[in-house]
Parts: sequence; structure tokens; C-alpha cells
Amino acid sequence: MIEIKHLKKSFGAHHVLQDVNLNIEEGKVTTILGGSGSGKSTLIKCMMRLQNATGGQILLNGRDITKEQNPMRLAALRRHFGYLFQEGALFDSMTVGENVAFGLKYLTDTPLEKYPAIIQEKLAMVGLKPHVAELNPSELSGGMRKRVSLARVLAVNPKCILYDEPTTGLDPIMSDIISDLILEMKKRLGVTSVVITHDMHSAFKISDYIAFLYEGKIMMYGTPEEFRKTDNPYVRQFVDGSSQGPIQMKLMKD
Amino acid sequence: MISSIGKLMINWMTQLGEATNMVRSVLFWFTRARFEFKQFINQCVVIGVDSFAVTAMTSLFTGMVLALQGGNTIGNIFGDPIYVGTLVTFSLIRELGPVLTAVVISGRAGAAVTAHIGTMAVTEQLDALHTLGTNPTQYLVIPRMTAFLLSVPILTLFSNLFGVFGGYLVAKYALGIPGEVYMSDVTAFMGVKDFMHGFLKSFVFGFLVATVCCYKGVSTRGGAEGVGKATTGAVVTCIVMILVLDYFLTAILTAFGI
Repeated sequence: MIEIKHLKKSFGAHHVLQDVNLNIEEGKVTTILGGSGSGKSTLIKCMMRLQNATGGQILLNGRDITKEQNPMRLAALRRHFGYLFQEGALFDSMTVGENVAFGLKYLTDTPLEKYPAIIQEKLAMVGLKPHVAELNPSELSGGMRKRVSLARVLAVNPKCILYDEPTTGLDPIMSDIISDLILEMKKRLGVTSVVITHDMHSAFKISDYIAFLYEGKIMMYGTPEEFRKTDNPYVRQFVDGSSQGPIQMKLMKD
Repeated sequence: MISSIGKLMINWMTQLGEATNMVRSVLFWFTRARFEFKQFINQCVVIGVDSFAVTAMTSLFTGMVLALQGGNTIGNIFGDPIYVGTLVTFSLIRELGPVLTAVVISGRAGAAVTAHIGTMAVTEQLDALHTLGTNPTQYLVIPRMTAFLLSVPILTLFSNLFGVFGGYLVAKYALGIPGEVYMSDVTAFMGVKDFMHGFLKSFVFGFLVATVCCYKGVSTRGGAEGVGKATTGAVVTCIVMILVLDYFLTAILTAFGI
């Protein structure tokens, strides 16, 4: 289990995360909802220590990720996670196959001759044909990039996958395919998933638990059913995707 | 006005501190992580081999113009263009060889390094390295830094040879100095210390260009515009710092009798 306690993150005078408290259940999909600029990506980047928290704790099996200063031990802690970047972050100087195999070299002891089989296995797992391994990332569509990126994450068998807006910028059908993939990874591999999104359709489909991040704090945490029925006007407005409500009023006041 | 100067100073100091941190990180990972030999070889090709023609051309014509200007001036003063070979060789080996090579490499290979790492930074590829068991220092900076440290002195050596050869062509065919006289002038006053003077400079310049260009790349923010700014900033910083550092290095090395 990952426990986030009183997490704070500021950029100068801008306090993005003010007091985030959240427990991520093992083997479940936890979705973090929030508007643009609400700090969702910052939160999972702090979990991966791609950004340093200003205060608070992120406990991974009791060890605080935010306090680890030794680069070697930090690298070891990061191995627990896989990170699916919003735009894929594929290495454009390498082929798709080389991208998928990249982590094997650094995170596993897999012999070199097994790489081709693993590349094909992981590409198949995300629904891509074998010939894709020979392509360059620049030749891929948005949906394919995300799937290749997921294959790269899966190749190193992480215990927890952090998805940064996996469906953003994709057409509805591809969004649904990606959502199905997230569910499949949970069922087949039993991985813990943390998904950052503002796509309500996807959130309701994939989530075991949803957390709503607003003004640097978790305003509501619950099951998708609880979110569907909630009377909280902030959450209600976000779930309904309405321009009228307290969130807009708050923006106007600011 | 004062606040602007203050902000500029703080900005410079911050960048200096961050660049120093990067060097510290290079030393940390250099001894603890596997050396990316394939990356190193690739970078030796990009930084060293691909820059060979442009540095050779630059030095050849520098040597030629030094011989022409020197020969004419000495001829006007003393009546004969004497010690042209000495003038060309000293100027090149102690000063112009290391400086011009470093300037040309910073404009060619340095800019490419900053643009490449910078593009990776703004597309989250540097973050991706952290998530896949390595890090930008180990995977990108160390191979480039070692390739710069190896390539710049070697290119400087070739640059010196081409410059002396350029001087030879002008001395022989434009100034009418016999080839044997020019070559004996080249070696007459040249000692190991003079060679070391230039070599040490080229090594320091290689380190400088590598540090500035890698740091500017890693710290790039703000999309395509940021990459452009970082690349321009890297080249300008390199050129200015090479020229400034050249003076202080000359003063220090001379004080030590080198």
C-alpha cells in the first residue's frame, strides 16, 4: 500500500498541493480526478520522485520516498513504479522495439537474446502487431504511442503503474481501448494502478476508487458509485461537466 | 537598475550552482554506474569525427592568414620575412589552436548536444530515463562529457597541424620562404612546455563546452522556444567563457612556467 500523508508541493509562491492525504490500495485502480492545473500530474510526479515534495510523506511499504537522498536507493525505490507519460515520452532516437526493451537493460538481468521475444510479447499485450517494433516513434499515431509507452512500462513488470492522463487527446474509441487495457493489466498482472484523468467516462469505467483533487487537497474519496450519487456541489459539477457551479464561481472570484 | 543587476547575478549564480551540481552528479555516477560505451562511441563520432573537416578548414586558413600577415609585417620592419614558421606555430599551439577548435566545436557539436538533450527535456524523455532505471547524467551527460574531453584535445592537435601546414603553403608559395627554412623555424623554439600549454587549455575548454552544453540541455524548459533559447545560450556562453578563461589560463600556466 502507498500512503500519502499531508503532502505539500509549492512552486515559489504557488501552492499546488496544500495537504494531500490519500491511501492507494494494492491491486486496485485509484483514479485521481481534478481540473487542469489542479496538481494531479504533480502528485504522481512526487510519487515517482520526478519532483521533490515541499512537505509531507509518501510511504511505500513504510519507507518515505520523499526523504530518500541517496541516488542509488532512490533508483531502487523507483523500480516499484512504472510511469506512463501523457505524450508517451518515447525516445525518438530509437525504434519502438528498442524503446520497449530499454528498461530491461537497467532494471532486470534479462539476457540480451530474450529481448526480441519480450518486445513481441509486450507489444501483443497492448494490441500492436509485430512489425511495429521496427518503426520509429515519429511514425506512430497518438494512440499507438500510448500503447508502445505502456508496453515499455510492462516490460519491466512494475508493481504499480502511474498513468498520466492516458486518454487525453485520443478519440473516444481509442480512449475506450486504453481504458480496457488498464483494466486488463489489473486483471492479468494484478498491478496497482494510479490514473490521473479528467475523463469521467474512463474514470467510471476503470476505477475501484476515485479521489477528487481540488485546491491542493483531496476533497472527496470514494467508489465510482459514491461519486455518481454525491451531493457535493464541486464534485457534482465536475462529474456532470457543467460550466455552472461553485468551481466556476470560485474561478471568477479569483 | 540595481535590482536588474541583482536579478542577473542571482540568475548567474543559480546556474553556476546547478552546473556544479551536475558535475558532482557526473562524478557520483561515473564511479557507480555502468559506462555507456555505445553512447560514448556515437558521441565521439558526432563531436570528434564530424567536426574534423570544419576545424581543419578553420585552422588551415588561420595558419595561412597568420603567415601572410606576419610575413608581410616582419618583411616591412626587417626587410625579410624571417621566423614566420615560429610565429605561426607559437600562435597556433599556445593560443589559436585550442581557442578556435573549442569555439568551432561549441558552435557545431555543442549546439547539437544542447538541442538534443533540450528536446528530450521538454518532451519528458529525461523523466522517462529516471523511470526506466537510469538517469540523464549516466545515460546522456557522462558519455558526452567524456567524448568532449577526448575529442577536443585530439581535434586541437590536428587543428595545429593543419594550421602549420597552411602557414607552410603561404610561406613557400606567397612569401618565397624555402620549405626547409619554414620547417626549421617551426621546430626551432618549440618545447614540450609550449605543447603542454596548448594541450592543457584544450582539455579545460573541452570540459567547459561539455559542462555548459549538457547543463543548458538538461535545464531546458518551455517547449520548442525553450530549446532554441537554450541552444543559443549554450553557444554564446561557451564562446564568451572560452575567451575569458583563455586569458586566465594563460596567466596561470605562464606563472607556473608552462
